[in-house]
Amino acid sequence: MAVKSRNLSLNKRGLNFEMLMWIFTRLSALAMYAFILFGLIGALIMGARTQMNFADIMRWAFMPNVTHVQNTNVSNFALWASPFWKVIASGLLLVAVAHGVHGLVVIADDYLAAPRARQIVRIISIVFMLAMIVIGAYVIWSS
Amino acid sequence: MALKRNVSLATALRYKGQGPMLTYFLHRFSGLGMAIFITIHILASFVGGKSGVFVNSIYENWLFQIFIFFCVMFHAINGMRITIQDLWPKAIKYEREAIWVEWVIFLPLYLISVLVILRTAMGV
Repeated sequence: MAVKSRNLSLNKRGLNFEMLMWIFTRLSALAMYAFILFGLIGALIMGARTQMNFADIMRWAFMPNVTHVQNTNVSNFALWASPFWKVIASGLLLVAVAHGVHGLVVIADDYLAAPRARQIVRIISIVFMLAMIVIGAYVIWSS
Repeated sequence: MALKRNVSLATALRYKGQGPMLTYFLHRFSGLGMAIFITIHILASFVGGKSGVFVNSIYENWLFQIFIFFCVMFHAINGMRITIQDLWPKAIKYEREAIWVEWVIFLPLYLISVLVILRTAMGV
């Protein structure tokens, strides 16, 4: 039986890709909290307190895209559809897609042990990630 | 090298991991739920038209809102606990206590949200 990585001392493990993705998952989670808090504060500054109910504010905070406030009493859509919010939404999209796709790879790795299968999962996940970033960015910037 | 497991499926199913096992399972379940349904939501918004509007109208149903809000809230709060423990490893010693704190934070927040969702659905 081969040596398990957990039997290696810390300085022998080094910084490999899996280690970087492990820390990325944690840091991107923190980044998403920051994005959501930022969207929440931004909505309140733009007048959400009197123009939206709580569920709509949360919908906006989880993805600050103007289509998420179209069914509310918001009066000035131009403010909510500004390039500033599109950049914020794109940033959240990038972080969330990368975090989510890596999570799917981690789950797949638990059930697929063969190296060839894992390689195929990685190729599919990279294609899927790029496709979702392009489609999501299109939805954000065209709305 | 292929992964070698010495545990049969029957043994795995009998494993009683208690609190940490439950949060592990729910974290995975909620993550998968969000990944699947947000993917469909983005694709539906991209396609648009009648079919896109139909798919997105499912997301506005109160049953679905209860489900997806569970995924989001549980994944966010449990993820916060995992992040704190992983970036500050001394806290791992108190994992079970942290999980109790996590439920104390999660349950009131989620139940109040479910109440709000139901009240809105019933038009109260």
